[in-house]
Amino acid sequence: MAFDKLELNEIEVWDGNHAAAQALRQAQVDVVSAYPITPSTAVVEGYAKFKADNLVEGEVVMVESEHAAMSGCIGAAAAGGRVATATASQGLALMAETLYQASGMRLPIVLNLVNRALAAPLNVNCDHSDMYMVRDSGWIQFDAFNAQEAYDLNLIAFKVGEDHDVRLPVVVNQDGFLTSHTAQGLHPLSDDDAYNFVGEYKPMNDMLDFEHPVSHGIQTEEDWHFEHKARQHADTMNIVPAKIDEAFAEFERISGRKYNHIEKYDMDDAEVCVVCMGTSVETAREVAKEMREKGIKAGVIGIRVFRPFPFADISEALKDLKAVAVLDRSAPGGAAGALFNEIAGSLINTDTKVLLSGYIYGLGGRDLTKKHLVDLYTELQANADAGKLLTQQQQFIGVRGPKLAFL
Amino acid sequence: MSKQQGWDEFEIGAMLRSFDGKIDECPAFTPQRDRNYSQNSSHVASVADWRLIKPVYNKDYCIDCQFCWVYCPDVSIISRDKKMIGIDMDHCKGCGVCVEVCPTNPKSLLMFPEQADEETEIASWPTKDEKEE
Repeated sequence: MAFDKLELNEIEVWDGNHAAAQALRQAQVDVVSAYPITPSTAVVEGYAKFKADNLVEGEVVMVESEHAAMSGCIGAAAAGGRVATATASQGLALMAETLYQASGMRLPIVLNLVNRALAAPLNVNCDHSDMYMVRDSGWIQFDAFNAQEAYDLNLIAFKVGEDHDVRLPVVVNQDGFLTSHTAQGLHPLSDDDAYNFVGEYKPMNDMLDFEHPVSHGIQTEEDWHFEHKARQHADTMNIVPAKIDEAFAEFERISGRKYNHIEKYDMDDAEVCVVCMGTSVETAREVAKEMREKGIKAGVIGIRVFRPFPFADISEALKDLKAVAVLDRSAPGGAAGALFNEIAGSLINTDTKVLLSGYIYGLGGRDLTKKHLVDLYTELQANADAGKLLTQQQQFIGVRGPKLAFL
Repeated sequence: MSKQQGWDEFEIGAMLRSFDGKIDECPAFTPQRDRNYSQNSSHVASVADWRLIKPVYNKDYCIDCQFCWVYCPDVSIISRDKKMIGIDMDHCKGCGVCVEVCPTNPKSLLMFPEQADEETEIASWPTKDEKEE
């Protein structure tokens, strides 16, 4: 069945959801199995419209829940198709069981996760509690800071996840509303360039290969389960980072846009630094520039690849700094923030003297303002000057009521 | 699948191959004994290790009606040319369905504890159950 291509302008005005939908169209996804949830609905809605307009050949499978949506993706991926979907928050929570199935079965599926707070209280706005909830689910996780990156990382996600040495599902995170519903100018690839970058889907162990019958979703008990999980972790740690490097390099060749496992801004001579994810990275970059005018050597690190976590890049980038703030956009539930813990783990066996402090911010879509970040950099500089933490290790930013500090 | 294999010695994914190599025609058209089952297939491996009671087959009373072959949920009744041969004890789970459907009198299949000796049980097989007038 033939389908039509789209002539895209050099610059298109898209929001993050539409950017993701366009990337799915250009990748010529075979099956999108999805259930709508704010703020991710427009990704699959957009793909369904492309289908209705004869711009894609794939199938849109409407199901009764997110659990069924990911199950449909798993079935389609095991059958041998290129598969994608989108969800957020509670939808991801309902998918949780099947997410582990997908990664354990080594099925490359691209999931657009439009980050939204987890209830209760019910909330449709952005934080990273959904992203964190599945951080150990075995999926590769990319994080987009804006709509352009959401588009680019979708194409890269197919390229990496479908590689026969990788064969892992990939989450592409973008901030709910802040990215997903904010229109901005994008530079898309042409349909041909995008498809040639992603490449034709190459099935592996697919159930539709009748000459080589396979059983997917096997049961293994204490005699085999450990080996399967060990293999999955070993491949994620040993093989995936280099495959991501290759995909980033090839994407830079065709687009001019360079991605890294961690994105460093003003870090060459930085003494204090903020590490964060999502749209906060762009706010922090702006404030860091302003802090430099005030004589504070401020830098920013954005986490592009959340899984596999870039331990070596982080320790290399941070170990010689004086003070570092790690921003976690998720309720820590009786612990230090998840990102704080990863970064502390990256640094613990170096000879670093860096002062590490963690900040919980932005829950349920609470704004992270420039004023917050100015105060934060000022606090970091004070820590650096004193040579010790002048505050407790964990603080909350932007919450009403008496100041909260722990640890 | 050998139990000695390490994490780096098998294909990725929770996936097992039924047969070694390529299948030229639908396996259903190939007699079971001629199929090239892989070592990963449960055709080869025992999956009967949780059986607590087992069926014992007494061919003296069997009329080859094939009821047990039809009803066995694990295809563990071995039958060739419509003659009952015996039971595949690597796949039988001891559910007792075969005994339940056996129409002979006395039954040609009876359940015994897993450790029971087959020859002893056949030697002391129950006699015909006379209907009460």
